[in-house]
Amino acid sequence: MPTQFTLNGHPAKYDGDPEMPLLWAIRDEFDLAGTKFGCGIAQCGACTVHIDGEASRSCVTPVAAIAGKSVTTIEGLNNAVGRAVKHAWTEIDVPQCGYCQSGQIMSASALLMAKKRPSDPDIDEAMSGNICRCATYLRIRKAIHLAASSVAS
Amino acid sequence: MTGSTRRDFLVRTGGSLIIAIALPTMARGQAIRRMSAAEIRALPATPNAFLRIAADNTVTVIAKHIEFGQGAFTGLATLVAEELDAAWSQMRAEAAPANLQLYANFNMGQQGTGGSSAMFNSYYQMRKAGAAARAMLVAAAAQEWNVAPGDITVEHGIVANAASGRKSAFGPLAATAAAMAFPPEPQLKDPANFRLIGTVLPRLDSAMKSTGTARYTIDVKRPGMVHSAILHPLAFGAKVKTVDDKAALAVAGVLAVKQVPQGVAVFANSTWAAQRGLAALTVDWDVSKAELRSCDEMYRVYAEATKFPGDEAELRGRGADALAGTARQLEAEYRFPFLAHAPMEPSNAVVEIGDGSAQLWMGSQMVTADQRVVAAALGLPSEKVLVHQMFAGGSFGRLGTPDSEFAGEAATLAKAWGKGPVKHLWTRENDIRGGRYRPLCVHRLRGGLDAAGNIVAWDQVIAIQSFLRGSAMDPNSQIKIDATAVEGARGLAYAIPNLRIGQHLMPNGVPASFWRSVGSSHTGFAVECFLDELLELGSKDPIKGRIELVREDEPRLKGVLNRVAEMAAWSGPKSRTGRAFGVAAVKCFRTYIAQIAEVSLGDDGLPRVHKVWCAVDCGVAINPDIIRAQIEGGIGFALGAALFGEVTLGVNGQPDQANFDQYRAIRMQEMPLVEVAIIKSTADPTGVGEPGVPPLAPAVANAFRRLTGKSVRILPFAKGVQA
Repeated sequence: MPTQFTLNGHPAKYDGDPEMPLLWAIRDEFDLAGTKFGCGIAQCGACTVHIDGEASRSCVTPVAAIAGKSVTTIEGLNNAVGRAVKHAWTEIDVPQCGYCQSGQIMSASALLMAKKRPSDPDIDEAMSGNICRCATYLRIRKAIHLAASSVAS
Repeated sequence: MTGSTRRDFLVRTGGSLIIAIALPTMARGQAIRRMSAAEIRALPATPNAFLRIAADNTVTVIAKHIEFGQGAFTGLATLVAEELDAAWSQMRAEAAPANLQLYANFNMGQQGTGGSSAMFNSYYQMRKAGAAARAMLVAAAAQEWNVAPGDITVEHGIVANAASGRKSAFGPLAATAAAMAFPPEPQLKDPANFRLIGTVLPRLDSAMKSTGTARYTIDVKRPGMVHSAILHPLAFGAKVKTVDDKAALAVAGVLAVKQVPQGVAVFANSTWAAQRGLAALTVDWDVSKAELRSCDEMYRVYAEATKFPGDEAELRGRGADALAGTARQLEAEYRFPFLAHAPMEPSNAVVEIGDGSAQLWMGSQMVTADQRVVAAALGLPSEKVLVHQMFAGGSFGRLGTPDSEFAGEAATLAKAWGKGPVKHLWTRENDIRGGRYRPLCVHRLRGGLDAAGNIVAWDQVIAIQSFLRGSAMDPNSQIKIDATAVEGARGLAYAIPNLRIGQHLMPNGVPASFWRSVGSSHTGFAVECFLDELLELGSKDPIKGRIELVREDEPRLKGVLNRVAEMAAWSGPKSRTGRAFGVAAVKCFRTYIAQIAEVSLGDDGLPRVHKVWCAVDCGVAINPDIIRAQIEGGIGFALGAALFGEVTLGVNGQPDQANFDQYRAIRMQEMPLVEVAIIKSTADPTGVGEPGVPPLAPAVANAFRRLTGKSVRILPFAKGVQA
């Protein structure tokens, strides 16, 4: 039986291997390439998406587990917080290689949706699952604060 | 050099007229080779190869250096835009195709990126391209408006003649400009008149990388593409003995299992099926020719070797012989582990074999070498392999191996599959266990002070494997002293009258390679930690002692030391309860850099780094914000490696680490504050991708020693604090 879920606001149906991680379904079957593969064991956060609004690692989430749920990827992150985060990332020139940044942005926007004005310890906690090998962390922190203040104003 | 102007083609694509005048970079038959800074500076202009002006006013810079985070696309576009007097908003960049004649890196003698050389190599070449194109636009306007070229100005992308009131954007003039005479020696601006260089311009790739729309190799899809994964032997040099592929072939979506020289490959109709197939393989390995030693055993052999002088890389005065007569002496042994690069994007490539030709999509750091290796694997001439250069999700040296081993593996698998496109993707386990590490090494240092506490003798012996000797970068196998092994120790910028650098190149079956900052990743630590201890032994301040010791011909090193001391309001290594300050300074890839780290003792016994001040002198600062970003990133990258980074080989030579749970990267909560000052300079620009790395670990270790009394001489700190 196909797995039915919502993907970036649209109904989606997947009828392949229900054990396939959501990451590969998104990338290979639904052609949404913004979500990245980094480790396959939920250690790096490059694959982060929102499942019912929560930051989740799609590389260890079987498609079967998202039946009836709502998945948002970087491509579908267009609410006020998402726009502010993407804008702040660009404004501060956060990315270097950029490969991890979709995942960083998904974690950051989930944080801001849950907490309007996060403190530095809030940021440490929410972002600790996302590795950036270019070590753009200082700018990620700055961009989260910038996005928070632009959403607030 | 040929001075002739040659108009080869005027291209019409999608309604855009493009300036496309070809002039060979090199005279025909002249070999591409490494060049000195002066020779690079004297290269003639070649606008066609490096930029395209379209009817829609966009100026696209053709970037011969890969963009893997260091900002090369933005930097190269800045150089062109400056001399073209373009508006920044009209600038674009795209990757150059493989073409050694047009796109060689003259710092390397091949088409590639590395050694923090992109801006160093391209500072004049790209400016001349921009200046020549500007002159052609002016000539075109002069002809169309019937005015003298000298009465035409160009500013922010607008060509104008004040007297007639006529003006034009670049686009409408492009077609006429393409027919104008090409000026091989165009006038360059006086740097005092720069309008873009030295300012903070937004990166060209930020928006696409902040919206998930930037495209990397892993995002490439081709019609009929299959996916491959590979199982490598766990011990380096092991070969397949027997394969049981029944379970793998039973996985839905797995199409084939094939034995290749690199291991066992699984082909499937999806990435997931390929990875599941991989997990289902049972392989018996022949380890008779494998490297089976543990790191402990390697350290033992290497440490023993450092007790002997080795090959001489440098000798000053009486060298080690001078130690005997000194008032006080110190000896220390330093150990450095294998380090994986672990870029966020695991190695991957798409190879598509066609009729008598092939295509390669890859983040290719050594473009023409990768092309050659793929061609050889497929039995094709190099020019029959079309290289599509992609954004790469980091490298830190991983993509720049001397033997292009990943490109070769991808091509071997594509050939094993047959015709059509194959996307070959490594797992993170392939990456961490894949070798090409920063080589494990041991340094032994002996130093001597005179009665006044001055350092008068220095003996440094390094035991390390050579990854250059016998590689494609050393075709004659003639390397005796491997520059990548001793750089940062040889040519020390300190005036020590008696000095010797010795080197033992050790046999080792673990493949090694370049790792961000290369030799300086270990020499910087050994030199700057040992020096700090000698200064303390001689009752000298770490900053003042260094400045007094810097050679007269290295004033820029003094400059960064003075500046960083000002920034941190230096008043000695221990000026606050519970915290200490450590300094280190290096010259790395022609750039001078000093850092001060503020450190406390963490609950885990490791140094907790609160802040790092950094002064860098990289010549003309093309884009100060990208320089700061590279230094911030270099510091974070170096701190992660210093605290946790280590690939250990245990029983039977097998790596103990496989993924980020065991090979730890620095994370948000561990990143220190960073403050960067860029020394104002008119010297030609040098690199910033790598120089941020080497001073960090010794600055932290020097602070940690002042804080705890413990000299950390084994990296990573996680191991060294317990030793």
